[in-house]
Amino acid sequence: MPDLSIDFCGVRSPNPFWLASGPPTNTAYQVMKAFDAGWGGAVWKTIGDPIINTASRYGSIDYKHERMIGLNNIELISDRPIETNFREIAEVKKRFPKHTLVASLMVESKRETWHEFVRRAQDSGADLIELNFGCPHGMSERGMGAAVGQVPEYTTMITTWVKEAARIPVIVKLTPNVTDIAHMAAAARQGGADAVSLVNTFNSIVGIDLDSFAPRPNVGGYGSHGGYCGPSVKPIALHMVSSVAKHPKVAIPISGIGGIANWQDAVEFMLLGATSLQVCTAAMHYGFRIVEDMIDGLAQYLEEKGFSSAMELVGKSVDRIRDWGDLDLNYKVLARIDPELCIGCNLCYIACEDGAHQSITAAERPRADLRDGEIAKHVPRILEDECVGCNLCALVCPVPGCIIMEQIDSGRPVVSWRQLQEARGKSPGCSMEDLLTRGTAAGD
Amino acid sequence: MHTGPKLTPEQLEENFSDINPPLTPSLALEAASRCLFCYDAPCIKACPTEINIPQFIRQIITNNLTGSARTILSANVLGHSCGRVCPTSVLCEGACVLNAEGKKPVEIGRLQRHAVDHVLDRGIQVLKAGAANGRRIALLGAGPASLACAAELRRLGYATVIFDAKPHPGGLNTYGIAAYKMRAADAVRETEMIRALGVEIRSEIAIGRDIPIDQLERDYDAIFIGIGLGETEDLGIEGERLAGCRDALSFIEETKTRSFDELPVGRRIAVIGGGNTAIDVATAARRLGAEEVYMIYRRSREEMSAFDYEYELAKADAVSFIWQAAPVRVIAGADAKVQALECIRTQLGPPDASGRRSPQPIPGSEFCLEVEMVVKALGQKKLEFLKSIAGLKLERGRVQVNAGTMQTANPKYFAGGDCVNGGGEVVDAVAHGKRAAQGIHATLESRQKGVAHA
Repeated sequence: MPDLSIDFCGVRSPNPFWLASGPPTNTAYQVMKAFDAGWGGAVWKTIGDPIINTASRYGSIDYKHERMIGLNNIELISDRPIETNFREIAEVKKRFPKHTLVASLMVESKRETWHEFVRRAQDSGADLIELNFGCPHGMSERGMGAAVGQVPEYTTMITTWVKEAARIPVIVKLTPNVTDIAHMAAAARQGGADAVSLVNTFNSIVGIDLDSFAPRPNVGGYGSHGGYCGPSVKPIALHMVSSVAKHPKVAIPISGIGGIANWQDAVEFMLLGATSLQVCTAAMHYGFRIVEDMIDGLAQYLEEKGFSSAMELVGKSVDRIRDWGDLDLNYKVLARIDPELCIGCNLCYIACEDGAHQSITAAERPRADLRDGEIAKHVPRILEDECVGCNLCALVCPVPGCIIMEQIDSGRPVVSWRQLQEARGKSPGCSMEDLLTRGTAAGD
Repeated sequence: MHTGPKLTPEQLEENFSDINPPLTPSLALEAASRCLFCYDAPCIKACPTEINIPQFIRQIITNNLTGSARTILSANVLGHSCGRVCPTSVLCEGACVLNAEGKKPVEIGRLQRHAVDHVLDRGIQVLKAGAANGRRIALLGAGPASLACAAELRRLGYATVIFDAKPHPGGLNTYGIAAYKMRAADAVRETEMIRALGVEIRSEIAIGRDIPIDQLERDYDAIFIGIGLGETEDLGIEGERLAGCRDALSFIEETKTRSFDELPVGRRIAVIGGGNTAIDVATAARRLGAEEVYMIYRRSREEMSAFDYEYELAKADAVSFIWQAAPVRVIAGADAKVQALECIRTQLGPPDASGRRSPQPIPGSEFCLEVEMVVKALGQKKLEFLKSIAGLKLERGRVQVNAGTMQTANPKYFAGGDCVNGGGEVVDAVAHGKRAAQGIHATLESRQKGVAHA
């Protein structure tokens, strides 16, 4: 059995699966239930001056009959008394000493206030502190949350204050609603952050009711922008995690957040640099029990791939993310349709014809019904001389394995756009085609 | 006659409840979401009326149900009944690409009904009549072919009058579809939508009896014949006229026009035939309370013309199939009513004109079935009425038409539906009607141009 435990800033967690700060971590009851279900850690719902929430608070995006592929909320931080939250953290920590408990904090931008809250969090027995610099709605209007996280100087300053008082590691939670999140991560690091967590939710309006013209979620006919999360944000979060992982001035552990719903998502975040993983929407959708397969699936994957510890995954694919200019322009793939598997839907044909490169041909289908016997098979054909290897047909094909992108030996050396530019700088007389064919070394 | 065990009205209603009930909005969304939105889709190519099926399903997904119904009805004005009675497993759903992957096809028929019900339930008129062009067309028979032809002609601006001998319009849609597939009221409701398009329907008028045919020829620019077929063919055996001998069409018609508890049904019934109508009778008889229903067919299961799913339906209703047997005579009891049916075993010889192996009686193999009712379901006779129209060309009783325009040998007349194809599906009749409307329009337009040029 591979070792699923992780080391996060010196804190050992039984597994990398933590609940993110949010509605599922509002009370001791929920967090203890989650630990019983198998979660390795939890980030408590953000503690600060108690707030008053609206009804309603959540809105979601459905896709066809799939519910909640994206979730938006206008809920604020904890509405419970500060002392209740710290007391419950202490109770949970006492009952689950080996589980990771993170106190999430958000207070007014005063040095003394931050010092006080950091001390109270430490006294409660929390293993780590997470600074909520990400909340994009409500709190930011009051000068907290994203109002801090969107200004690198504030991020550095408040992190510095916190570190003055902190004896336990400090995570800075980053908002994605910035131009370059890696820059913000570097600002946190500059303030002494021990780790960063990302991403918080995205500014969003989840939808408008077409009959009442009111936004969702609806508060008396009006709405406000909220924070968007859930499966649909995962690709954006993955990119942000990788950009932070690659940034030379960050180089601290990352807690990955953003649409993680299963072990496969978790592995992807780890491969791109996350050590721990935070989950919220999926738990809000299906409950704490989803962690069972996350643990089982991760263990199975590690075993099948020959890893002895989950920590071996961390950052393994970071180097595979390159600038576009470093990619090999001579790498070739061609689409191939398996006529046995093809069901004749023509989706590859129309996608290529209207949306890509006109590299698939399909004869017009004749009229036919089963009363006159079998219907002849209808299979589109790839025009190999036209195919640019873009993947679109394989992406739209509804049959697994029917269209594969086959690697073709172009007989040419590896040449990137950057190499091409450099070579042309050196020998302006060389043609592009010549350099691609013979390689850039030949131009030297 | 012995009547079967009396079922309560509630049991009868339950037995004849909708075999394929409407989808809820949630089920419809799930079913619609399975559609891949194929390009140049095979379901369209397998639909005789070429409904743009992926389009109407997409419109269900986007909650544009009125637009969805418009997509359906502009291609097939009987989209409601076709959604319910089409043999979809050999048409659109049989062609669905999901079958090729071993999946269940998209439930196109039920989705179609879902969309059309939306506008029928709310009285939303999605089709519009064209600007009046001053031409008048008469249509004979108010069945699917004429209804489709008239609706299409209205959209092209024609004044249309349908003449029909029955009290209610709809033809076999109203009178001949098994009650658990569609009730008469639903078929009539669909004709109301066509009426609202401005199609005039004159019921209980028989052309030739109430209005002479030459009067129609004088009053109308063209005439469409959509009269279907005649009564059920005779068995041609002794005892066929005894009380208790019925024909399939009138048997089904009674289940559509009277309340179920008024209908006489034998305790044991023999149904003669192997087509879809024979199945309709057999299952209806079981649902009315008959204890034993024998289906007697002179060939084997392989030659039976009923669709597989119809056969499965009859098996599920515990109908007993007697293959390779033919009726010899109906035997009367002391009350001069049917008491038994004598049959003879057959063996299958070489293929006959129909391409199916011909059944030969096996001498000495006679056997008797004790039954109180015999229902013949042998296909329908051709209509003698057709002979009263000058210049029509008939072949084996079927009206011969130009396949592109549906024009008959008498250029004033066009025809479609069962009287042309010898008995097909509702959707085939609709396709004929539509094509005839376009044929009529093209013919009259070119005639007018010819006059203008001359």
